[in-house]
Amino acid sequence: MADAPLLSVEHLDVTMRGIPVLEDVSFQIAPGETLGLVGESGCGKSVTALSIMRLLPNPPGKIAGGRILFDGIDMTALDAAGLRAIRGDRIGMIFQEPMTSLNPVYTIGDQIGESLIVHRGMSGSAAKAETAKLLDLVGIPSARNQLGRYPHEMSGGQRQRVMIAIALACRPKLLIADEPTTALDVTVQAQILDLIGRLRVELGMAVLLITHDLGVVAEFCDRVAVMYAGRIVEEAPAAELFRRPRHRYTEALLHTMPAANPPGRKLPSISGTVPAPLDRGDGCIFAPRCGFAVPRCTAELPPLEGAPHRLRCWNPA
Amino acid sequence: MTTTAILPPRRLIARTLGTPGAVAGSVILAILVLGAIFAPWLSPFDPNATRVCPRLAAPSLQNLFGCDLFGRDIFSRILHGARLSLAVGLLTVAISLIAGTFLGMVIAFLGGRADRIGVRLLDVMLGFPAIVLAILIVAVLGVGAFNAALAVGISGIPRIARVIRSATLTLVGREFVDSARAVGASQTRILRRHLLPNLLPIVIVLGSLDLGSAILSTATLSFLGLGAQPPTAEWGAMLSAGREFMRYAPWTMIFPGLALFLAVMSVNLVGDRLSHVLDPRASGSDG
Repeated sequence: MADAPLLSVEHLDVTMRGIPVLEDVSFQIAPGETLGLVGESGCGKSVTALSIMRLLPNPPGKIAGGRILFDGIDMTALDAAGLRAIRGDRIGMIFQEPMTSLNPVYTIGDQIGESLIVHRGMSGSAAKAETAKLLDLVGIPSARNQLGRYPHEMSGGQRQRVMIAIALACRPKLLIADEPTTALDVTVQAQILDLIGRLRVELGMAVLLITHDLGVVAEFCDRVAVMYAGRIVEEAPAAELFRRPRHRYTEALLHTMPAANPPGRKLPSISGTVPAPLDRGDGCIFAPRCGFAVPRCTAELPPLEGAPHRLRCWNPA
Repeated sequence: MTTTAILPPRRLIARTLGTPGAVAGSVILAILVLGAIFAPWLSPFDPNATRVCPRLAAPSLQNLFGCDLFGRDIFSRILHGARLSLAVGLLTVAISLIAGTFLGMVIAFLGGRADRIGVRLLDVMLGFPAIVLAILIVAVLGVGAFNAALAVGISGIPRIARVIRSATLTLVGREFVDSARAVGASQTRILRRHLLPNLLPIVIVLGSLDLGSAILSTATLSFLGLGAQPPTAEWGAMLSAGREFMRYAPWTMIFPGLALFLAVMSVNLVGDRLSHVLDPRASGSDG
């Protein structure tokens, strides 16, 4: 990573009603790079995404420490107007639920045109022409005739394409995709991921892809960061991480993948549960569930170290 | 999951006219509205001209609805009264709807302390019977048709605001509001462009259901002498003036009362049907 990072999250701490949900989260994304952020439900993936956009509802959510530098601008220090200027213009975001993320009373043309009108000051007709181009770009055929359709007239996959068109309207430098395929059929999932991958190259943008699907990450990402209970535990180039996982949690996670197991056998699972936020002790959060824990693991929190393979573990594989 | 389907106006009208009750209501309402608009041309007499007929004369071919104490033609007065009653009703509803919708949306959208304080204030206002609140407001502003409309309108605000607040709360939690934020839309833009259009069906329904009671409430104020003042032709005031002669000349009360009844009933019939058609929970089923 010779370039200056496009996005640099530094020691981010986020609390909800005073309870820590993200602790010491740090990662960087270079221009044009794709970072996958993986982890199980509730580990803080979406909170990370919302924090970057400063969309975390406050209260209860609060950025308690750290910085989020986007293109040299500290997002945590921006006022509402400064944030609005970046949102939708230089950072685009796709949400999980294409069914409810579109406003039911407007045509898709109106909704795609909105950010062009907000950020580019375009007139209605100019926005319309650009909107038709965007629909073409995201692979909705005979785009011009589709502009007048309402969200309820479209399928889930089409709606997610519309969401992508909205996110890309202003050609952002960074696209944050929060589980963009979770709500879709498997065949449609692949199409949407292909689309994001193609557009990433065409538009030269960086992507932060949040998912719990390791298969998606393996196929799609340059680098992967694994989150567990509000912390990043391991981060490495994707190929490296899948070939040689070093953190015990990553290792266990990879063992649970269907592809890693012979068919017909029961899939392995990680025993135990994620400890509650206030019940986490001083050591590694994964230690209570870890089969390789040494005494030091429960006593002392391991730091996130190493480059390019970063790791937070006292007894790595 | 069904989303609120947006019907084009022509289909909305067709759907609204889907039941006999709604058709009857629409026809009566149309007659009243047309009568109000063309009152000056349809009235056989000047509504305020006295002695156009014998005092308290019974209905006849010349004076269809009979005459009042001052020899004024009741038919002409009812036609002119329709203008006032419908206009005042609309004004009243407009006041409660605009102020109530604005208030409800804003407190729900701001949330937190603004919402808690706002809701408490609305609760206090709701604790008063609306008509008592209206009488209080007229006492402050003074009598008159316009002030009566203002009073009834203001007293209707808290109810509308309450409903709109809760409707807004469910919308604010929806993801399209988040995605509007993610596009960089400002607070006012989200309120105006994203929330308000989604609330419009509810606003229309509330308005149509309130119009009937608004007409009735303003007529009540006039009946009590707090609204339109004599010699203005107004249904409530006509009822009030006629009540002394109910036994000798019942037409002085029957016809204004009937007009009021028909107006309120027709508005309610149409409003009921409209609420059925526009309510997403009714999922467009006919019934």
